[in-house]
Amino acid sequence: MGYQMSTVEFNNVISKLLLDYRILAPVCLEGKGTFSGTDLVTYGDIERIQDVVFDRKTVYSAKEAVFPPSETMFYFTEEEFKQPSVDQKGILVFARPCDINAFKRLDAIYLESGPYPDPYYLQLREKLKFVLMECDHGFKNCFCASMGTNETSDFSLLVRSEGDQIFCLINDTGFEDLISESLASNSIRKVDLQPGFVQRNKTRLQIPDKLDNSLFSHPLWQEYASRCTGCGRCNFSCPTCSCFTMQDLFYRDNPSCGERRRVWASCMIEGYTEMAGGQEVRKTQGERMRFKVMHKFSDFKKRFGFHMCVGCGRCDDVCPEYISLPRCVQKLQEIKNGGVR
Amino acid sequence: MAQNPYLPHKVKILEIKRQTKIDYTFKLESSIKPDNGQFVEVSLPKIGECPISVSDFGDGWIEMTIRRVGKVTNVLHDLKEGDHMFIRGPYGNGFPLQKYKDKHLVIAAGGTGLAPVKSVVNYFNDRLDLVKQLNLLTGFKSPEDVLFKDELEAWSKDFNVTVTVDQGNKDWTGNVGLITGYVKVMDFPNPEEVEVIVVGPPMMMKFTVQEFLKLGVPEENITVSFERKMCCGLGKCGHCKIDDTYVCLEGPVFNYTKAKELID
Repeated sequence: MGYQMSTVEFNNVISKLLLDYRILAPVCLEGKGTFSGTDLVTYGDIERIQDVVFDRKTVYSAKEAVFPPSETMFYFTEEEFKQPSVDQKGILVFARPCDINAFKRLDAIYLESGPYPDPYYLQLREKLKFVLMECDHGFKNCFCASMGTNETSDFSLLVRSEGDQIFCLINDTGFEDLISESLASNSIRKVDLQPGFVQRNKTRLQIPDKLDNSLFSHPLWQEYASRCTGCGRCNFSCPTCSCFTMQDLFYRDNPSCGERRRVWASCMIEGYTEMAGGQEVRKTQGERMRFKVMHKFSDFKKRFGFHMCVGCGRCDDVCPEYISLPRCVQKLQEIKNGGVR
Repeated sequence: MAQNPYLPHKVKILEIKRQTKIDYTFKLESSIKPDNGQFVEVSLPKIGECPISVSDFGDGWIEMTIRRVGKVTNVLHDLKEGDHMFIRGPYGNGFPLQKYKDKHLVIAAGGTGLAPVKSVVNYFNDRLDLVKQLNLLTGFKSPEDVLFKDELEAWSKDFNVTVTVDQGNKDWTGNVGLITGYVKVMDFPNPEEVEVIVVGPPMMMKFTVQEFLKLGVPEENITVSFERKMCCGLGKCGHCKIDDTYVCLEGPVFNYTKAKELID
């Protein structure tokens, strides 16, 4: 059922939701952008709908709601391990279709791959519900339509903001009471509401259906060897990059106590494959780019049945060297078609 | 929280044997039952965690041969008998022992590569009637780097053992030269009845496998074991992924027909 209400009325809904949920949404951090005088649009906790940025894409994805950049796995004293306690509240995340679809990728790795579901991921994932944000047009560098991730039905609420009016579709019976309680006393109107999804992006790509080892030695990758600086921004902004590294630390004022954390890892940064003794595979940025592209557009699909990349275009947005992932895939397609280069 | 596979458990060090200046064998009190060739994640809280292959195991104990080569292992080497370390696992797959039955089994190990196959050697040494013939070829950098000296001596009484060093010294009376040189001169009347295990540094594995192939040993009769960075052992952290394969899950032991397709 869809409803129309004023921002004030919707904020009452949010207040009620906040009793049971932590609400994460795109917010604007003024002056925190990469360059001076620019803002950073990223995920943050919100308490009112005016804080939500509807018209811009976030730099970082929503994945940190269930996969924080640094996560304590346990604390230890000399003899004991203690797992950190978890907030009992649910997590409600405002997300676009590509980002909601990205969680399906994270689920595959964290819940399906290997002998056990990852307990840290699972305990947060079970609490996670989505508020769908529509994209009335694709943003710069988006190519979700090409990846088939432009639509989703996996959302509890749809929230659309038009002027001082909020349109809200309830797609989860668990949330019906929330609105119906407010219905009687307020001027909330029932409306017919359907989610709108982007059907075309400016960036379109065709994914070569069979990428294999034969392309590994192609000179194409060398271009990235000199251009990529290995900063890892593409991985950290990616909603589907899920690699982590273990990190132990001890407290300076009590070295017998400490904690083990896992922190985001990047396959584009030196040291990703380095073992004790210095042995390492993929030493050039070209090889690392190849590894990343193959994972996103081939390897993952072989294992799980669908492509890893969701076409959000964030890696292109943040690359300081203007490296384009879809352009790279395009080139692979051209090579496959026997094109030049 | 549901069962947490990341939580390690404490194990007591029963015995430490110094193999070389930088390789110690730790015998640990543990009830885990690994397959031959599997690994465990070893950790020292506050220092870190790393994957180490189990070099041998028995009733109530496991053994690991650990080189002092990094953050965790440097500190591990300071531990004494009676001290504790933490482990979780075992992880990965083991060597397909059944496949070697009634075959001529050749095990070629370079350096610390001998550790993950030590239990395989012991397994067949105790059951020599299971295989047609058993050969162990093992190479080290120098006489000071030779691991498992006592075991090598004992094994050489029961089956054919070749130990070689890249560079000898004045006291060394044994073989000198790369392991590949000793593969070259092997003679297999029926190479399709030969099963080979090759474990060691990447270059050693590459060239040793090539020599066996030249002798007519079919690719599917060659087993190798990989070494990669692994932070979880559970198919999540991503570091050991090659193509659509996770070395920690589908490996570290691979048939060569698969291994040759795995390009990092």
